[in-house]
Amino acid sequence: MNANPERMTAGTAPARNGIVMDCQLEKVFYGDFLAVRDSKVPIEKNKITGFIGPSGCGKSTVLRSLNRMNDLIPIFRFQGKVSYHGQDIYDKKVDPVVVRRYIGMVFQQPNPFAMSIYDNVAFGLRLNGFKGNLDERVEKALHGAAIWNEVKDKLKNSGLSLSGGQQQRLCIARAIATEPDVLLMDEPCSALDPIATRRVEELMVELKEKYTIALVTHNMQQAIRVADTTAFFGVDISQGSRTGYLVEMGPTKKIFEEPEQQLTRQYVRGEFS
Amino acid sequence: MASHQFDNVDRSGSVSGPPSEGDYALDRGFRGIAWFSAALILALVVYIVIEIGGKAMPAIAEHGLGFLTSTSWNVQTGQFGILPQIWGTLYSSLLALLLGGVFGIAIAIFLTQDFLPNRLAAVFRTIIELLAAIPSVVFGLWGIYVLIPLLRPVANWLHANFGGVPFFGTSLSGPGLAPAALVLAIMILPTVASISVDALRQIPYKVKEAAYGMGTTRWEAILKVMLPTASSGILAALVLGFGRALGETMALAMLIGNSNQISLSLFAPANTLAALLASSFPEAGPVEIRALMYAALALLAITLIVNAVGLAVMKFATRKFEAER
Repeated sequence: MNANPERMTAGTAPARNGIVMDCQLEKVFYGDFLAVRDSKVPIEKNKITGFIGPSGCGKSTVLRSLNRMNDLIPIFRFQGKVSYHGQDIYDKKVDPVVVRRYIGMVFQQPNPFAMSIYDNVAFGLRLNGFKGNLDERVEKALHGAAIWNEVKDKLKNSGLSLSGGQQQRLCIARAIATEPDVLLMDEPCSALDPIATRRVEELMVELKEKYTIALVTHNMQQAIRVADTTAFFGVDISQGSRTGYLVEMGPTKKIFEEPEQQLTRQYVRGEFS
Repeated sequence: MASHQFDNVDRSGSVSGPPSEGDYALDRGFRGIAWFSAALILALVVYIVIEIGGKAMPAIAEHGLGFLTSTSWNVQTGQFGILPQIWGTLYSSLLALLLGGVFGIAIAIFLTQDFLPNRLAAVFRTIIELLAAIPSVVFGLWGIYVLIPLLRPVANWLHANFGGVPFFGTSLSGPGLAPAALVLAIMILPTVASISVDALRQIPYKVKEAAYGMGTTRWEAILKVMLPTASSGILAALVLGFGRALGETMALAMLIGNSNQISLSLFAPANTLAALLASSFPEAGPVEIRALMYAALALLAITLIVNAVGLAVMKFATRKFEAER
């Protein structure tokens, strides 16, 4: 509905090969620190693209570059291009607020707002000036996030009164209520117990029918379970600093069973983490 | 200590062991001091209420509740009433809360929501807290010599042109409600601002991320997420600021005009309970002192009620916006 990225600028080229976002990252700095270099990560439509790699490899930084969340950090600097439906989101003409309206995000820690469950889900709808049936949309989003049955009788209760796993699904409902184009998920299960994790994973697989998902995960089994495509990031310590870069990207099966790079093979075998 | 000491554990070569008798004694000592301090505060409040109440008893018996609704304060005829003072106290404090609250919260937003580099914001926070260190009497002098002369032309212009509006119903001839409320607002500003700053700074970074992640502009994030999240802390700031305004004495005694009248006009002189007490006590005879004690009791009751209502509102807000525990 309101996910109409063509509105961003005139003269937009159509997305090629079903690639919704084409991240061509050259260098990312935090101050003088080179955090990530040389990573080309295309994100395909209606697929889950998993980002894996050891700590400090920059997988979260890359994910957060996709909706300009890193702009909140004053010392962050991005060199390169992220094409979204043919438009570079780092172009001077592009307002990061607009980018984030189309590219939703679910964070590592569940972060519902200190308001009712209903208001949490309705937040984005109201923000976007939605004039239709709010109740219907809220219910639909809560169904979509597989939490409706648990909260339908207490929509007026605080979102913070829920358990961690429920809070995370509430945050997913909040993110999908406006039906964004792309959903970025930054280790969404790392604060959850195994049962809640499994529910969120099932949810991701359902959601990819409608959305395009990019998922950072520290858990290789999770990538195997849900990701269609996997990007493996490594850490380059040769320059005396720790700089992340994309080592290899391909279909998940290939990355885990017959990767091209020695480093990928060692990582997926669990030889380092 | 009534605890099992696990004497049958083999402790040869180990430094692990139970706390000594001395450790337990210290523990008990600290607990005792904490209890004593807490009880002392409670006892002090009760003592003050009883003491003032006792001294006010003869006046309460004599004037009854009519004291609260009567408007004259006449030592010669022995007629005492504090309605104008109650009105002046509430009116000046509400005006101060309105002004000081708006500016205090605005300052808190400005200092916490990335409008300034961190170091500069810290400098500003210190300056605001220094404002709280200025003695009340200095504010009073500043009000008399700077603020009133500055206000007078504006006030009189407003009265001349919009005299029909009740708020501008009189001219400002010197001391009055407007300069008093302005100074009060400045005096409660540090309280409101610094407690609101604390409330806003306590919001976890992940909440800010969530707001911007939804695609909010900066103002949408502040108004729709940050302020509601910090609402109980900000309400606490307003309640404390209002409490401070109700009890403020010196600057008000110097600026409000000490005139026992009830007027909506911002430029009319008025009086407050605290100012009445401060200015009447030095020359009061025994009969007037009893009446003043009654007035003091009324002021005490007003501040207690305001604080209780404030706490109730805060509790309601906390229930609404934060996790139930």
